[in-house]
This record gives sequence, C-alpha cells and structure tokens, in this order.
Amino acid sequence: MNNSLAVVLIASGIAYGTPLLFASLGELLAERSGVLNLGVEGMMLVGAVTGFWTVQRFHAATAVTLLLALVVAAVAGAAMASILAVLVITLRANQIVTGLALTIFAGAAGLSSYLGNDLNLADQPAHHAFQAFLPNSMQNWPIVGPILFGQNPLVYFSWVCVIVIALYLSRTRPGLNLRSVGESPAAADTMGIDVTRYRYVHTLLGGAFAGLGGATITLAITPQWVDGITGGAGWIAIALVIFAFWRPELCLVGAYFFGALQALAPQLQARNITLGPTVLWTNALPYLMTIFVLVVVSSGTARRRLGAPSALGVPYVREEH
Amino acid sequence: MRLRPPVTIEQRLRRPRWLTVAVPVGSVIFAFLVAALVLVATGHDPISTYHQLFDAAFVQRGSLDQTLIAATPLAFTGLAAAAAFRMKLYNIGAEGQMYMGAITGAAAGLYLGGRGGPSPFVIAAMVVAGGLGGMAWGLIPGILRAFFRTSEILTSLLLNYVAGLILTYLIFESESYWRQTKGFNATVFPTGKPLPPSAVWPGLSFNLQGGIVLPLGAGLAVLVAVFLWFLYTRTRFGFEAQVLGDSDRAARYAGIRVRRKILAVMALSGAIAGLGGVSQDGDFRHALDGDPNGLQKQGYGYTGIVVAALGRYNPFAVVVIAFLLGGLQNAGAALQGPSFPSGLVGVIQGIILFSALGGELLIRYRVRIRRPARPGGVAPAQVPETAA
Repeated sequence: MNNSLAVVLIASGIAYGTPLLFASLGELLAERSGVLNLGVEGMMLVGAVTGFWTVQRFHAATAVTLLLALVVAAVAGAAMASILAVLVITLRANQIVTGLALTIFAGAAGLSSYLGNDLNLADQPAHHAFQAFLPNSMQNWPIVGPILFGQNPLVYFSWVCVIVIALYLSRTRPGLNLRSVGESPAAADTMGIDVTRYRYVHTLLGGAFAGLGGATITLAITPQWVDGITGGAGWIAIALVIFAFWRPELCLVGAYFFGALQALAPQLQARNITLGPTVLWTNALPYLMTIFVLVVVSSGTARRRLGAPSALGVPYVREEH
Repeated sequence: MRLRPPVTIEQRLRRPRWLTVAVPVGSVIFAFLVAALVLVATGHDPISTYHQLFDAAFVQRGSLDQTLIAATPLAFTGLAAAAAFRMKLYNIGAEGQMYMGAITGAAAGLYLGGRGGPSPFVIAAMVVAGGLGGMAWGLIPGILRAFFRTSEILTSLLLNYVAGLILTYLIFESESYWRQTKGFNATVFPTGKPLPPSAVWPGLSFNLQGGIVLPLGAGLAVLVAVFLWFLYTRTRFGFEAQVLGDSDRAARYAGIRVRRKILAVMALSGAIAGLGGVSQDGDFRHALDGDPNGLQKQGYGYTGIVVAALGRYNPFAVVVIAFLLGGLQNAGAALQGPSFPSGLVGVIQGIILFSALGGELLIRYRVRIRRPARPGGVAPAQVPETAA
C-alpha cells in the first residue's frame, strides 16, 4: 500500500515541495513589507551552492556539518537579499528590474555557477545529506508512515516555520506593524514605525529563507551540485505567494501541490506510465499548472486579490506621497 | 527626538543632460572595480583577467567576428525587452520567444529551401515565420495580462521553460520534422536536420583581423532598432504606449484602448525575439539547435534584459550595448577554463546592471550631505523644500 502511486506522490510531493515552501515563506515576508523580490531564483541557487560547499569542505559530525551548511546557506541568501534591499529600499531602484538583475547576477550563469566551478563542486557525491531519521517501524506504518514519518528533518523544520510565521503575522505587534508597512507605509510612518528598517529586516529574512530553500535541494532532495539545479523553483515560489493570498498556511498547501507535480514525472517514468505525448507533457506540467492557477487566481472571482499588500512594489519616500 | 540623517536625498528639479551619459559610464567603471574585488576574493588576478577579457573580446585575431556572433542575438533580445519594458510590460520571455522563432523559422527554411545560393524569397519567408513564431509565444502572456490581469512577469518567464522543453523534445525525444534521422551521425547523437543551402543566410565579409563576417541578422537588428525608434518617437502608437507606461489611469481617461496596446506591444516584443531565434538558424547554426547545452545554455533572452536596462530602453543604445556585452559574453566563452571560471561574465553583467540601477538615483535625485549637528545643540533647521 505504501508503494501505491498516490502515497508515493503525496510523500514525495511534501519532500519536493519543501524548497518551494521555504522560498515562498521568505517571499511572503518580503512582499508583506512591500518589497517585491524577483531575485528568489538567484538567492536559492546561491544558498544551494554555498550549502553544498559547506558539507563538502567541513569534516565534522554529520549533524553539525548539516546545521552549519544551513546557516551558511541562509547567510548567503540574506547577503544576496541585502544587495536587493540597498538598491530598492535606499536607492529606490525599480523593484522588478532589480530583482531580475539579481537573478541574472546570482543565477545559473552567474555567481552560483562561478562558485560551483571555482570550488569544484560539480559531479561530486555529497559527503552528508539530510535523510529520514524516524524509526523504521514508524516509517512503515500504512499510508501515514511514508507521508508523515518518512520525511527528512528539514520538512519538520519547515512546518515549524509556517506556524511561527503565521503566528507572527497574526498575533504579534511586530507582525501587525509589518502588515501596516506593506499596506500603507505613510500611515505606518506616522505611527512611528520605522518603514525602512521593517523593509530591510524582512527582505533579508526573505533572502535567508530562499537560501534555505536552495540548500534543501542540494542537501536533501538531490544531494549534488549542478548549474541551475533549482530549475525555476524560485519563480514558482513567487507565483505560490500569489496563489496563497499572502498567507503562510496556504503556501504550505500550494508548495506540496507543486512538489507533487514535480515528483510526477520521475514517478511515472519509473512505473513506465506515459501520460499524453510522452515526457514533454509531464515535464512541462508544473510550469503549465503554475500559469493556469495564476490565471484562475488573478481573474474573475478571485480578483479581489485577497491579501495583496497595497504598497507592494512601491518605494516609500517620505513627503513624496 | 530622532536625529536627522546626515545624508538626505531629494528630487532633482532639472535633470542635467550630461548626467544621463556620465552615470552609466561611471556605473560601468564602478562595476569593474567591484568585480575586481570578487576576483581578488576568489584568488584571481583582476588586471590580467580583465586584460585577457578585453583581448578575447575585441583585439585578438578573429575576436570581433566571434563578438558579432554573440552580439547579434543580444541585439534582438535587448530590443525585444526594450520594446516591452518601455511600456512597463515586463516581458521576460524573450528566451522562449526566441526558441519558438527558431522552431518556426527552421520549419520554413527546411520546407521552402532548395539547392543553390541563398534565396531572398526563402530568407524572407524564414524571417516572417520566425517573427510569427515569437509573436505567437509572446501573445500568450499578452492575452493573459490583457484579459485576466495575470502578471506577465511570471507567465512569460515560466513559458521559457516550456519552450525549452519543446525545443529539446523536437530534436531529442521525437522523430520530428526538424530532426536529422538519416545518416550515421543521426544514430549516435540527435541533431537538427541541416538547412538546405538556399536557406542559409549570407553575411557581409570584411578584410579585418583575418576576416570578419557581418551576419545578415546584425543588419536586421539595426533595421529593427530604427523601426522601434520611429515607432516610439514619431507615431501615435508610440505616444499612446508611452502614456500607458507612465500612467494606466491617464491612458484610460484619454481613451486609449489599453487591452489592444498590451496585445500589440507583447506581439511586437515577441516577434523581435523570434527574429533573434530565426537568425540563430539562418546565420549561425544552420539547423534547429535543440541541445540543452547549445542555444539554451547561452541565456541570450535573460542577458537581453541587462542590455535593454543598460541602454535605458533606447533602441540605438541597446544595439551598441549588445555589441559591448556580446564582447564580454564571447570572451567569457573563449576563456572558460581553470584560470577563468564560467559564470564570471554573468557576475560582471549583474554588477554592471546593479550599479546602473543604483546610479539611476543620481539622475533622478540629488544627494545632499549635511554637516552633523553640534552635540547638545539643536538640529539645524531644515532647508524648506522647493516643489517636490
């Protein structure tokens, strides 16, 4: 029963969805403060490469090395985000073009590839990787075993993050301040909230989460380094924030859905099932589904755009509004 | 009471002309300085790396020829991005639109081409087919944006991945019309069917550096630049597109048909990118290149965005910058090896773009440095701001 397609798809959907979840949580925090970060893909790649570098170069106990790798990846992601933050918050550059610039700078043909080559990371088996750690007897329980107990530690960590961020946004003073900065920075400023600081902090946090998401790929899902290993996951994460109406708990649902779509192609191949005109269709499915859901969400009934921060993408300049 | 920051930024009332040249030039110099820091940090000698880079891009024998090969597609994708970004339509799908142009253009060349020298009829048909292919792919995000208000940024970007999968599928995973199925090589490694001789584009040869060929596509790109310039500065269409780019609401009040403009601009942008694709078939590859490590590895569509932004969406500036960045791209490919890590070119391009984007602030705003307030004293009264 645990080998049935449905159970395997859900279980691997959760695993494959975790990088998307981390990245979209980060994007959500940045967007809630009013900063549209289109550099997620680049930040993920830098997190992925630096995280992988850490496990290859540091020889300590597995748990210590992996923890260190996560910290390095998060710091690297935040460092990338700090470039974006300076440009769009302090220097008021166009957020869309700057985000794209960051993805070009850090992305598959930029810094991540530079680091990957310069540090000779390609085509090496990982020295350490995150694996399922709960006792086998639990993992073998019917249905819930593989889905809930057969996951790597990052999956459980992402659940904690979802809960913490959801509570932060809805139940704490800084969370409320954050939302007001994203909705109406001028009003927040009048109330004495430091708009610039909120935007900086959450953009950097967003970068750290994107870095974590990237590291999830190279440390847990496919423990290796290949140029452009994220394959557009950063962009799907940005789209996920829109589907999730800027809510962390819905990010989780969306991330697992898209994770399952990504897992679909290899699973079907392994079972010799062909869906429509061969591999093309199954490989293109995550991208096409993203577009489809985006269209549904942005038109018609959902036009109300539940949750979109009003000041998203608009630089805040005191006395200019 | 909070202290006033020592540096304030205020809007310029007038924008001096010299700044629009000085700032980009300064940005490039600044970018090379920052990239030098990256090089030093990773244990490379910046001076010798830059020297090699410049040599391989513009000086060495045959380098200009290679630079033109890299610059031609960048001119197309840069112009495609400029055409759309000018109107604040962020079409980042030039990459996929280029693949589609390459597919449809190659189909026309394979179908119509025959023996003998280059035929103007076949080439014209390829250009039209390539433009239409790119246009169709660009219209998808255009339609979604115009009718469903879906962000064209995400849809156009995601379609790049789909177009790449289609391109690979046609050559590697199917026995399509574009694939070479006969001959010994075809069984070893899948390739595209070679274009018949009359569908191969001619170039203009110069006797310099041991022979430079100016590809037909480069000429076509210049024509497109002239067309875009004329369209955006001399026609009603261009004016309306500008108004729409500046203010959606003003455009609606002025009775401009917004949907139609969005569709037209996305179609135009996609068509230009498609021309870049068909130029890849006709000028350089002489077959449809479906190799994931071939055309798809170049990332011309994404670099085109850098080109367009650095040219501040001015078509002529875009062509010049395409040539310069083409040199950088070519040098990156030529020098790739242990002493010259891949990805460095992307890093330099990114840093140039960052500094240009940050430098934009200096064009729009004036930075004022205040003297720090004396300790214990009252902060100096703020200079009353003239119209902001």
